[in-house]
Amino acid sequence: MIVLNTYEDLRKAYEELSPLLNKRREGHAGIPTPHKRELLVCGGTGCHSSESLELMQALQAAVDEQSIDAKVVQVGCFGFCAQGPIVQVMPDNVFYVQVKMTDIPDIIETHLKGGEPIERLLFVDPASGEVQHDHASMAFYEKQERISLRNCGLIDPESFEECLAAGGYLALAQALETTTPDQVVQVIKDSGLRGRGGGGFPTGLKWDLCRRSPGTEKYVICNADEGDPGAFMDRSILEGDPHSIVEAMIIAGYAIGANDGLIYIRAEYPLAVNRLRIAIREAEEAQLLGDNILGSGFNFHLRIVLGAGAFVCGEETALIRSCEGHRGEPTRKPPFPAQSGFRGKPTNVNNVETLVNIPIILTKGADWYSSIGTESSKGTKVFALAGTINNIGLVEVPMGTTLREIIYDIGGGIPNNKAFKAVQTGGPSGGVITEADLDTPIDYESLKKIGSMMGSGGMIVMDEDNDMVDIARFYLEFTTAESCGKCTPCRVGTTRIHEMLETLLAQEGDEMLLTKLHNLCLTVEDTALCALGQTAPNPVLSTMKYFPEEYLRYARREVKKSYWIDPEVCIGCTKCKRVCPVECITGSVKKAHVIDENACIACGACAAACPVQAIHKPK
Amino acid sequence: MPHIEFDMSILDPALLQELDEFIEVQEFPQESIIAILHKAQELFLWLPRELQLHIARKTDLPAARIHGIVSFYSFFLEEPNGKYTVSVCMGTACFVKGAQPILDEFRKQLGMGPKDKITKDGVFSLNDVRCIGACGLAPVVRVNEKIYGHFKVEQVKEVIQHYRELEEQAQ
Ligand SMILES: Cc1cc2nc3c(=O)[nH]c(=O)nc-3n(C[C@H](O)[C@H](O)[C@H](O)COP(=O)(O)O)c2cc1C
Ligand code: FES
Repeated sequence: MIVLNTYEDLRKAYEELSPLLNKRREGHAGIPTPHKRELLVCGGTGCHSSESLELMQALQAAVDEQSIDAKVVQVGCFGFCAQGPIVQVMPDNVFYVQVKMTDIPDIIETHLKGGEPIERLLFVDPASGEVQHDHASMAFYEKQERISLRNCGLIDPESFEECLAAGGYLALAQALETTTPDQVVQVIKDSGLRGRGGGGFPTGLKWDLCRRSPGTEKYVICNADEGDPGAFMDRSILEGDPHSIVEAMIIAGYAIGANDGLIYIRAEYPLAVNRLRIAIREAEEAQLLGDNILGSGFNFHLRIVLGAGAFVCGEETALIRSCEGHRGEPTRKPPFPAQSGFRGKPTNVNNVETLVNIPIILTKGADWYSSIGTESSKGTKVFALAGTINNIGLVEVPMGTTLREIIYDIGGGIPNNKAFKAVQTGGPSGGVITEADLDTPIDYESLKKIGSMMGSGGMIVMDEDNDMVDIARFYLEFTTAESCGKCTPCRVGTTRIHEMLETLLAQEGDEMLLTKLHNLCLTVEDTALCALGQTAPNPVLSTMKYFPEEYLRYARREVKKSYWIDPEVCIGCTKCKRVCPVECITGSVKKAHVIDENACIACGACAAACPVQAIHKPK
Repeated sequence: MPHIEFDMSILDPALLQELDEFIEVQEFPQESIIAILHKAQELFLWLPRELQLHIARKTDLPAARIHGIVSFYSFFLEEPNGKYTVSVCMGTACFVKGAQPILDEFRKQLGMGPKDKITKDGVFSLNDVRCIGACGLAPVVRVNEKIYGHFKVEQVKEVIQHYRELEEQAQ
């Protein structure tokens, strides 16, 4: 067990343990570590789902059995989730994708024994068709700058030693030993860091407000509720680098003058919860949490509070209500949490990604951080790139990168030669961005200007097949279900908006309904109590603005809902008939087939099975 | 007002004792009510009214307040789940990749109405969940702990078949 009583203990531990990671640091190849090679296997939720855990165990068993000088390490998310499970071989820097159990003998024989990388397991760039030999030059990583994700995919998140080897808690030691709380606040202010939870409020200013609030009992809360469906930035950070969050919480406590911290995390993230629990226990055992941390005289205690599946609990006042054991209903602001929050005391709430930046800002300095990004938005932002895009995964780019670079250079464009239609940022609170605005450099202000918002980092790409009215309905179904019910505009307003969209989609509406819908959206925007309701109409307003013709076609009842077969092209091979899950296709061999319009569920299975592209999607 | 009978004897005493011990070590049981409900659901798998009443008495909170919390948070179950819980992810990433037809198909093949949560024989429950964090594999279906990525509508039949067979073997 490692116990760190003084600054000196921590620095010594760092020096002793640091070589542990030499194999994985670029430019350090050749410096001795206990093993000749290391096999890094992704252990995030994405890869766990594709059975990386079993793979890791089998790799370890195979390596042991053949007494190969290699160590198998479970690391955090590489960000390349759709290609999992991923195995990175170090120091060779070879990056294998979609590795299966059956590939293990080959990895052992050809690579570990023979020293030759295995071509067929390398990633093939979908755009250029080239095999990617070097992980650093992959288009997916080339434009990224991994600051928040610095340790994800590098260290074993369940190993305290590896955390210390990566410089964990050195920023805390520096803060406690050499700076006053006011100085810490100043550094964060100077860095220009803004909240990554959606609002973009300057973090240093928020800390300052809470620090100046009268009272000795204060709290810091980490918002790990990550409610935006389709976003997984915070989860990956918590799973891949939990100690950085613990460290940042202690620093925030020191800066603000709080001795207690809470991490509010959603119960749907069992792996992240477990890793945090381990990290907190290790930090407690090492006496980095508790009383008199590193001999500084500063005390800090940290605990986990589990959410229970309510999106609105991501809103800070609702989150605080939930921590106090209530229904998660937002309260009116002011008073702001910095004045009166948890238990009525001054409370600072920060998002996971905001916090993960704190230690590295203290180590590298405010000037370094503020040199990255745009005039108004500093540093980097992590996006969860998903939807109809080639490289689904987690990407971190400097503020000011354009959407086009993210979608085409990093994301590799749209699969199956489909046309790009829109990208949605800001989740259920945001809006869609079309081709015309793809060259906008991303920051908080620019995204607002084009009718969307930064949000927490969900980025959903949609292609020509996605129906925008249906997408709007989808988001409203979400907000209707998640509205806490406290205020009427949100409770009733979102329900009515949702109903109107259903009416349109059922082709039972008219053009008058479009006007009503638009007006109601503006009313809800103006009158709801919290940002959930105020932003709920956004997906409707922005799709109405950019795709008015799709709304009009529904209002005029001109939309065909089922797939259809072109009788001129159909060769009567019966393949579509066999795959149709609802058995709504009829026709005999070598004769043109027909789809029953009323029974078709538009799943698209038939179109995918058709060898001659005779089947068309609903238009 | 209708008189509601509560039969507290349906609650397993051994599990109740474990729950009570958990409640007793809480520094502020009323503030920790959500953690207590998590513990209760972990032990009993769902939260029958009797259990809610028991917790209300233990923590000295009105039963209405407990029920208010249970009904507010979607994680808490007021009905038992089936033996196999099919969760179709309806997060945005999965939705844009065609999760809706998958859910519809499960509903149809399991013979469930639009509001049903569990099959008549109690073997399957079906629900839509919001993002299980495996968006890279969208669309995603989870059956108990097992995750199926890149799911296709055509797979619905075989997945149901697989669990029906498991169920038959178990009997
Ligand atoms: C409906 C709603 C949901 C929110 N969900 C989250 C969330 O899941 N995670 C988060 O960090 N912030 C969320 N926020 C923003 C928080 O209220 C708060 O601004 C944030 O946690 C502050 O941290 P930051 O300054 O570090 O961004 C949400 C806000 C609203 C209105
Ligand atoms: S949206 Fe389905 S797993 Fe994230």
